[in-house]
Amino acid sequence: MKRLIFGLLLAAPLVFGCADSTSHSRAVVLLIDTSGTYTGEIQKAQAIANYLLATLQPGDSLAIARIDTGSFSEKDIIQKITFDGRPSASSQQKRAFKEKLDNFVKTVKPSGYTDITGGMIQAVDYLTETGAGKRTIFVFSDMEEELAKGYVRDFPLEMNGCEVVALNVPNLRKDIMDPRKYKNRLQEWEKRVVDGGGEFRVVNDLDRLERLLGS
Amino acid sequence: MNTLSLLPGPPALMVPLLLVLLVVLLYVGRRQAHNAVRAASRAIADALRLASRSILQAEERVQQRNREVLLASGAEAAEQELEREFQRVEAAVQRDLQNYPALHRNMADMVLKLDEDYQKSADAPPTPPEWIQAVTAISELPKVDDSLKASILQEIKRAVETQHTQAMDEYRKQSQERHSLLQKMMPHWRKLRRNLTSVDKQITNLTTRAQAIDKQITEYEAMRSAPEQAVARLTSSSLTQFVIAGLVMVIAVGGAMINFNLIALPMSEMVGGGSYIGSFKTSDVAALVIILVEIAMGLFLMEALRITRLFPLIAGLDDRQRIRLAWVAFSILFLLAGVESALAFMRDQIAADLAALRQTLAGAEAVTDGGASLIPMVGQMVLGFILPFALTFIAIPLESFVQSGRTLLGLLLTSVLRAVAVIFRISGYVALQLGKFINGVYDLLIFPLLWVEEKVHNRPVTVPAAEEVKPEEVVPKGKGAKA
Repeated sequence: MKRLIFGLLLAAPLVFGCADSTSHSRAVVLLIDTSGTYTGEIQKAQAIANYLLATLQPGDSLAIARIDTGSFSEKDIIQKITFDGRPSASSQQKRAFKEKLDNFVKTVKPSGYTDITGGMIQAVDYLTETGAGKRTIFVFSDMEEELAKGYVRDFPLEMNGCEVVALNVPNLRKDIMDPRKYKNRLQEWEKRVVDGGGEFRVVNDLDRLERLLGS
Repeated sequence: MNTLSLLPGPPALMVPLLLVLLVVLLYVGRRQAHNAVRAASRAIADALRLASRSILQAEERVQQRNREVLLASGAEAAEQELEREFQRVEAAVQRDLQNYPALHRNMADMVLKLDEDYQKSADAPPTPPEWIQAVTAISELPKVDDSLKASILQEIKRAVETQHTQAMDEYRKQSQERHSLLQKMMPHWRKLRRNLTSVDKQITNLTTRAQAIDKQITEYEAMRSAPEQAVARLTSSSLTQFVIAGLVMVIAVGGAMINFNLIALPMSEMVGGGSYIGSFKTSDVAALVIILVEIAMGLFLMEALRITRLFPLIAGLDDRQRIRLAWVAFSILFLLAGVESALAFMRDQIAADLAALRQTLAGAEAVTDGGASLIPMVGQMVLGFILPFALTFIAIPLESFVQSGRTLLGLLLTSVLRAVAVIFRISGYVALQLGKFINGVYDLLIFPLLWVEEKVHNRPVTVPAAEEVKPEEVVPKGKGAKA
């Protein structure tokens, strides 16, 4: 009996000491640009959201928010959810989520300005709250920020280890005239994100999204 | 800074001078240097040889131990086989010969009955005709009329014919009765023959068992009398067992993996799909634990049924406790099989729900199929119920694997030890030869001085004439010295 107790005492640190404290869940925020120039692309954003819903596992978190004139606002979050651990409940939540998203796509109105920075700050806050191990922000936008008068966004970002993926970044008319503007725009965003402690990448071929989420 | 610059004179002259000085120094210290190198190489060689010898001794001990274990396991297996043969004989005797008294009585009754019938069926010839004496008496009458004699004889003839007819009828009747008795005896004979055939089979069976026991005992004796042959045979048998058991274990692991995949998804419905233990999903760990518990229960069941002998404690339990343990293990296994079956059902439901969700998200209409999906669902449920019981039998190859693995491990260990000993022995020899080589190189560096030394030693000794020794003054050595 003494031997058994001794063995259990020896085994206890092995069992409890090796517990992995890192979170294995994933949290994703999809920022959808609803500015005038980009509203036509919203169907693609809907397809991406559906793909995310199909890919994310029970226990993961997903939020979808729009980028409009002032994106640093709770009301711009269309829907946010942390999926239940049970697969059946999680499926029900995903169905309800899809319905709300469909309604949003039907009723969306173009905004006058594009506050990408505000949306990112909002997204980082949400992702930090979830405590997920892997945090990703998908930005479905042309990455051309246009701020209304009085909005201040020229300060460093705090990304807290979030990965930013710019999806489907099209060439604007001015980019066609001078391609350097396109490059400069993306490099500027990359610098802001990396300086803030995050990672940045651009995915224009949406087929690569599968590989991105699978990693 | 160059060292040569410290010395006086031009460097071109100093280098050869230094080399000569070095050679002289090496020559002066030659004996000590040789001794040092020889001692070092000898020390290394001795140390390596000692290590090699120790390892060889350890290898011998391991080999001896392997031999003992192998013989012990072989003897145990032979004893078990003998024990089982005796149990079979006991069972055969109990089954077949416990009815022998009844059978004997039955056969005795039958023989008695047959004997009685046989007695009854004995042929009774008709009694000899008494009228012959009457005819003889009449014919010997001296003075009787021939016609009277003829008349009497006629009467006698008639009477005799009548009596003959009656006697023949009676005889035929009796013969018929005897024949009917003999016909009635036929089934008794057949029954008797059947009984005798059955007894013959039982005796033959016992003889076969006895021959098997004889063979086992002969092998057992051979194992005792010629252990080397037995060890070689048992080693070969162990290796074969290891391969076969390993193959079956691989198959069992495949079964366990299928079982795992069957219950891992529905377990996430019970324990949550987002929680982790370490870097593993809790649902996966839970599914694995269920499978391991099933395997453990299977091991206990097999052990309690005395099919395997992995746990001496269970084998040592008294029969009542052992049977109780077997029932407990079987009950838990049955419950777990039921749980698995239910989980397999749940898995089908979850998988169908996920497929429908994916279709919805992809923009297609969710398709609901009716009765066609029943077949895979029932198949999964049956599989979920059967696999735990199938995994129970993993205990048998596991026992063989463990036992033969011990032999294989011992063989590997002896091979490794032998190889290390050989390497040490070779290294020792190399160290010794290396010492000689270093001394040779040392001598090569100072060979001019050695050459001079050799010349000096080999020059002819010139003795002055005045100091020449006379032959008669030479003191003889050896045996003749005393004389």
